[in-house]
Amino acid sequence: MQTTSDEVLIVRIAGGDRLAMQVLFARHHVRVYRFVLRLVRNEATAEDLISEVFLDIWRQAGKFEGRSAVSTWMLSIARFKALSALRRRPEQELDEEAAEQIEDHADNPEVALAKKDKAAVLRQALSKLSAEHREIVDLVYYHEKSVEEVAGIVGIPEATVKTRMFYARKKLSELLKEQGIDRGWP
Amino acid sequence: MNTTNKEAHSDIEELLPWHAAGTLSRRDTQRVEAALARDPELARRYALVREELGETILLNETLGAPSAHAMEKLFAKIDAEPARKPALSLNLGARVAGFFASLSPRTLAWSASAAALAILLQAGLIAGIVIKEKSAGGYETASAPSTDPGVGAFTLIRFAPQASSDDITKFLEANKLQVAAGPMSGGLYKVRVAVTGMPKAELARIVKKLQEDKVVGFIATTE
Repeated sequence: MQTTSDEVLIVRIAGGDRLAMQVLFARHHVRVYRFVLRLVRNEATAEDLISEVFLDIWRQAGKFEGRSAVSTWMLSIARFKALSALRRRPEQELDEEAAEQIEDHADNPEVALAKKDKAAVLRQALSKLSAEHREIVDLVYYHEKSVEEVAGIVGIPEATVKTRMFYARKKLSELLKEQGIDRGWP
Repeated sequence: MNTTNKEAHSDIEELLPWHAAGTLSRRDTQRVEAALARDPELARRYALVREELGETILLNETLGAPSAHAMEKLFAKIDAEPARKPALSLNLGARVAGFFASLSPRTLAWSASAAALAILLQAGLIAGIVIKEKSAGGYETASAPSTDPGVGAFTLIRFAPQASSDDITKFLEANKLQVAAGPMSGGLYKVRVAVTGMPKAELARIVKKLQEDKVVGFIATTE
């Protein structure tokens, strides 16, 4: 079965086609939501942000030049919205989040149990990465973005993308080591 | 030499996450695969990358999805937006893609069939015109009588799909033209515009004039 490409949907959206917007939304909103949620760590905020992201797509579709994939363009918009929301977030909320993270480091019974499951500990460590590192790991592993596309979304040189990913992975190993899992790298 | 190898190794190691995700270029993929085949330590580290990849996907997949409210909210905002004019900044390729995409497969198939049928019908009626002319002893122009189809000045014409037999007959008669051959590939006909040869500039002038007729879809000079 042939599906309409994202690029064609954008052309239709630029012409005011509401149905094309529904198709694009249905196709991408979950991934965009997850990307934003991993950055802002708040479901209600993430949900509000995706409607803002797609509203921007509706408004800007006529300016889309096809230099990148539509999904890459959407993630760029989503990232910008998420970072803006984080800047607006009250100081108190950030403190609470930081406290949660510190608490997570403690070797409580839950963590001790999780140690038996290396995969679960790895997922826990992935959640504890900094926003900068979480973002790059998600873009590469989950959103399947190339070096060039990540550079476009994050707004950094390609060489920096590679080194940032390398250091994100290194940090992941350190977090695993804190939980008693030595991967023998780095 | 050692430094170069170390740098190359580091460069390859940095590419492992993209290799695992399958987003490297063919060239880089070959480089990484070759390095993995000859370096067991790199292969061990690649196994760690694959673990990370799997768990990142799992972690994201367990994040759930937004509620239906998100879509309602979006379309409420869209409905509140002012009506828009068609975007002008889209490039031609995108507009053409949009046009063809706007046609359903059924419409496209029907259009293609209709075009093919129109060409067939046109071929039939033009053949009729040629036969009629031949049976009448050949079409003669005012300049000089000739029944030799290989002599004269010629153009290649593809008639507009919507042109009827009456339109084409009138067009040929009004311009004293004679169909010499066709239909050829692409629905083209070789049409004689004069029974004697003529200077290229003069032929080009005639072609330009004929091009303005709505019956003509395409026209060019030919030998």
